[in-house]
Amino acid sequence: MSIRVGESAEAATFPKAAKKLLANTQLRRNVRRATDTIRNKRAKVVGEMPDWEQLRTAAQQIKQRTLRNLDSYLEQFEKACTAAGGKVHWARDADEANKIVVDIIRGHGQKEVIKVKTMTSDETRLNKALEAAGIAPYETDLADLIIQLGNDKPSHIVVPALHRNKSEIRQIFMDTMGLTELGHKPEDLAAAARDYLRERFLRVKVGFSGANFAIAETGSVCVVESEGNGRMCITLPDVLITMFGIEKIIPTFDDLEVFLQLLPRSATGERMNPYNSIWTGVTPGDGPKEFHVVLLDNGRTRVLADEESRETLHCIRCAACLNACPVYRQTGGHAYGSIYSGPIGAILTPQLQGMEHSTSLPYASSLCGACYEVCPVKINIPEILIHLRRKIVESGGAPMTERMGMAVAGFTLEDSGRLGAAQKLVQLGRQPLDALGLPGWSVARDLPAIPTESFREWWKNRGAR
Amino acid sequence: MVEESRCALSSAREEVLARVRTSIGTRAAEQEVIREYRQAGQLSEPGRINLFVDRLEDYNAGVYRCAAPDLPDTIAAALTARQKHRIIVPPGFPAEYLPPGFDFIRDQGFEYTQLDATDGALTAATAAIAMTGSIILTHSETEGRRALTLIPDYHLCIVRANQLVETVPEGIRALGARRTSPVTTIAGPSATADIEMTRVKGVHGPRTLDVIIIL
Repeated sequence: MSIRVGESAEAATFPKAAKKLLANTQLRRNVRRATDTIRNKRAKVVGEMPDWEQLRTAAQQIKQRTLRNLDSYLEQFEKACTAAGGKVHWARDADEANKIVVDIIRGHGQKEVIKVKTMTSDETRLNKALEAAGIAPYETDLADLIIQLGNDKPSHIVVPALHRNKSEIRQIFMDTMGLTELGHKPEDLAAAARDYLRERFLRVKVGFSGANFAIAETGSVCVVESEGNGRMCITLPDVLITMFGIEKIIPTFDDLEVFLQLLPRSATGERMNPYNSIWTGVTPGDGPKEFHVVLLDNGRTRVLADEESRETLHCIRCAACLNACPVYRQTGGHAYGSIYSGPIGAILTPQLQGMEHSTSLPYASSLCGACYEVCPVKINIPEILIHLRRKIVESGGAPMTERMGMAVAGFTLEDSGRLGAAQKLVQLGRQPLDALGLPGWSVARDLPAIPTESFREWWKNRGAR
Repeated sequence: MVEESRCALSSAREEVLARVRTSIGTRAAEQEVIREYRQAGQLSEPGRINLFVDRLEDYNAGVYRCAAPDLPDTIAAALTARQKHRIIVPPGFPAEYLPPGFDFIRDQGFEYTQLDATDGALTAATAAIAMTGSIILTHSETEGRRALTLIPDYHLCIVRANQLVETVPEGIRALGARRTSPVTTIAGPSATADIEMTRVKGVHGPRTLDVIIIL
């Protein structure tokens, strides 16, 4: 099964990509400044919640329960959504999902679609498929508009254009919107986007969205946003298509009370984002007359199959782990070679695509644990990284010295006699280790001094002292 | 051709569900989710109102408080302060609340471009949440269809003090049977932080939000 995750499947090159990006000081400055701002805001609004840990625990348990019974929740969602006037489609992979969307739009004889930010359609490369079918996709989220007009790639899950500063954005808008004058303030740029998109919002007949949450109990869908472009896309067109991964299901409507508290504080550091839209099927006299849901697998069932890393599917795409990650904060998102970047990308991309396509990603971390600490649904990312590294080593995909090292360590640790002998050997001299060189480590760091006595020796001899 | 694609769709459904079942493996008995987070609020009504006002002001929304008989005058004061004159009103909004001297238009399913030509919308709400400064609309006859509070550039919303709850769980539960109507929660005017993480007020939704709390 070949699964694509967005534009690039060449994720095997994290160190190479990172090296190049680290040389771009403007990008590093932009990323550092933006992530600092969100981190500080998040810390403030999370700090005022006395029950934050209880909310995280509840969210984790709701997600665990969902995944353990995903088949029945999906069927329950389908039944409720259909009863409310929606039409539910299933897609095994990206191509199948894209074809469903293209066919619906073509079936209505339409050539344009307004889109609200969705990672899932980036994952399936829907825009390429639409363009190939002669349909123009209009991104309406401000950051996605910047990316689309600038012919760029998203570098962050929540703030995809975070690697661009305002003067770069101003230049993109001037060049592509046919403007001769444009102010320099963020307000001026937002106003330009409003003017550019308003006519499209009022005219285009097909809307496309993702979903933050899909409720099995009622068949409802929830979209969380700030600008109002989401409300425009889900309300004004005659036909609405909503596509999301099968893991976006939550069991009950009341479960929203947990996630609608965790998500905005984690994602943008707000107590609440300006708009949440929740809708159930079709409502006569209000909004689209036709509503389609596309349920996407695209590798998710493969992630579900591994119990040790299944919780990767708990992710609600808040990107708090990106903002907290010392690696992401240096490299930005493009180094990850996938639309899912940062710590969550480092565990999600390899599992969705299959480990063989992105063996370097689970190593794009210092295992410091900051990602786990901020995760609102308590995904233990460091543990999953180690689990994935083990899988890579076992399948022979790890860097040569690491594979050898692991094999030697395994052999040595299996037997206490061998361990003692190895420790003696190391005490005799570090030269062999120094000569071997540890890639990535020994360039900038000295190896620690070797003690004259091992712990085991000290333990054995302690009575004599 | 049609039959073929229908068959492919249905087999996609069966295949995805089969993959899900295989991946889940053996199932243990389910346990209740532990919900030890705050569900009920602790504040008195005046405390709730103060918190709500504080949150709204933090979002740059305008806030008015008034007694029920003063509602028409307060509506007039809010509209005058914002220089709004041509106002769209949901079909079921009580006529007795509308002050004289303004051009109030009852929504009769106007075209979007007609809504775009108004100065703003005046509506009621279903509930409000103090902790997050959220107004909840379920788009009833007094709240209007969703386009009504989306396309015009200004929204004046009336909330009764007894509709105000403290916590998010209380707000979700306040929806009751109306939860399967379209639901919109609004926390301040439309905004973005996409440019250098600076919160800019007003992108596509109403750029100005005023709230009147009836005490």
